[in-house]
Amino acid sequence: MTEANRTRIMSFSLIVGFFLLWEVLCLMLDVSELVLPRPSEIIVTIWDRFPVLWPHILQTLYSTLLGFFLGVSIGVSLGVLVGTSKVAYAVAYPLLVGFSSIPKVAVVPIFVLWFGSGVTPAVLTAMVICVFPIVVNIATGLATTEPELEDVLKTLGASKREILWNVSLPRTMPYFFASLKVAITLSFVGAVLSETVASNMGIGFVMMTASSNFQVSLVFAGLILLAVLGVMLYTIFSVLERRVTGWATRGNDIAIT
Amino acid sequence: MKYAVELQNASVVFGSGDKAVTALSPTTLKMSPGDFVALVGPSGCGKSTILRLVSNLIKPTTGAILLGGREPAAKQLRIGMAFQNPTMLPWLTIEQNVMLPLKIVEPFKRTFHQDRKGAFRDRVHALLAQVGLRDFAGHYPWQLSGGMLQRSNLCRALVHEPDLLLLDEPFGALDQFTREELWQILQTLYLDRKPTVLLVTHDLREAGYLAKRICVMSARPGRVISDEAVSIPQPRDIGIIYDPAFVEMTQGLRELIAQVRSEEPSND
Repeated sequence: MTEANRTRIMSFSLIVGFFLLWEVLCLMLDVSELVLPRPSEIIVTIWDRFPVLWPHILQTLYSTLLGFFLGVSIGVSLGVLVGTSKVAYAVAYPLLVGFSSIPKVAVVPIFVLWFGSGVTPAVLTAMVICVFPIVVNIATGLATTEPELEDVLKTLGASKREILWNVSLPRTMPYFFASLKVAITLSFVGAVLSETVASNMGIGFVMMTASSNFQVSLVFAGLILLAVLGVMLYTIFSVLERRVTGWATRGNDIAIT
Repeated sequence: MKYAVELQNASVVFGSGDKAVTALSPTTLKMSPGDFVALVGPSGCGKSTILRLVSNLIKPTTGAILLGGREPAAKQLRIGMAFQNPTMLPWLTIEQNVMLPLKIVEPFKRTFHQDRKGAFRDRVHALLAQVGLRDFAGHYPWQLSGGMLQRSNLCRALVHEPDLLLLDEPFGALDQFTREELWQILQTLYLDRKPTVLLVTHDLREAGYLAKRICVMSARPGRVISDEAVSIPQPRDIGIIYDPAFVEMTQGLRELIAQVRSEEPSND
């Protein structure tokens, strides 16, 4: 058995073990379903209510992905602008840090105020929450590109654009993909957050409604669905990262973490 | 006749005012096409500055540089440069690294997309075979040893058949055996194509073995203080570095450099 396979089996056992322990402890301590439902009850709820839950899952995914792609587009453009000029990097950095340290929860009420409740604030929250990690990573990657690597192209008479495409951007890819993994998870958090505050669709809304109706196992069903979706989104970008930037990890088969 | 490389009283000053540092005193240097000049001198004397001037990475503060009779920006000459560090791009394979100049430099870049899987690849593979890296084309830089990287570095400097080859201590960090082997490879490649070569080096035997002319530079701020032809005909056998006449020549250079080092001003 390879090292990687053993790690995978252990990860899987840990997850199964966690839910088993949860189940057993609930049974042993006779925990009320209204406080903490057992995993088996949650799975049954997901199964029974799946036709109802499905549109909400799609809605949350839609808001997340749309916000994410908008955020990535804006983040990459801003990052390239800021990162390719030393002056712009130095000037813009304090403002970027300031923006990125605002808790993004705080912007949800503003979006609701401007656009009303629904899909728009969810998409916008997903967007703003993921822009800054991308800007900062792209800008850092570009700004820290070794001048020696650029010199190789400069001596060949390469234009600024050729240097950007052949050296700076490929050099920045590991930073970019590292930020994408963070950004997709953040977008997901942002979309759900906005749904719980002001929406009539999405998993966040389902959980909020279920909570006010004391449908505790449905609340937990939403939670489990969020976790599964989050892991799926993260995995997609991890795999993509390994495909594109394998050179940076020197081709090691790193287990998805 | 047009010189391949001509420095006309070129000087370089970094910074300004009180913090100005003169990296190169006004220097005049002329190289005919096909010439092989080695620049030697104490460290910090401005040898690399001359290379950076000629490769158009920096501009002279005063004076002028002409390549093939024109401004460097006119790209009259195709330039190939090998740096002291191999500076292979880590995300590209050795083959892709060596092929890089063909993607950037005219006229190759025009047909790059058609030829990169055909004619250009054959050219890269032939060059890699010539330096003993035939089986490493698909490897990434981190999978190769220092000597192998320097060989690929040399290939990348030569792949676009430059008219002017600039070498900045390309064999500095290598052991003696690898170095001598690469000297011979470089000599063969040079005699094959006869580009104009400007080699910056600390190693006097390297200069004597490879170059047609050796220019000695003074301590910082540097200028050329001696310009001697090496009379031994090419191709030279690696054994000549133990020949009494050769040893005498390098000894002479050694003493000259020791002398200019001792004249080095104590402050800048």
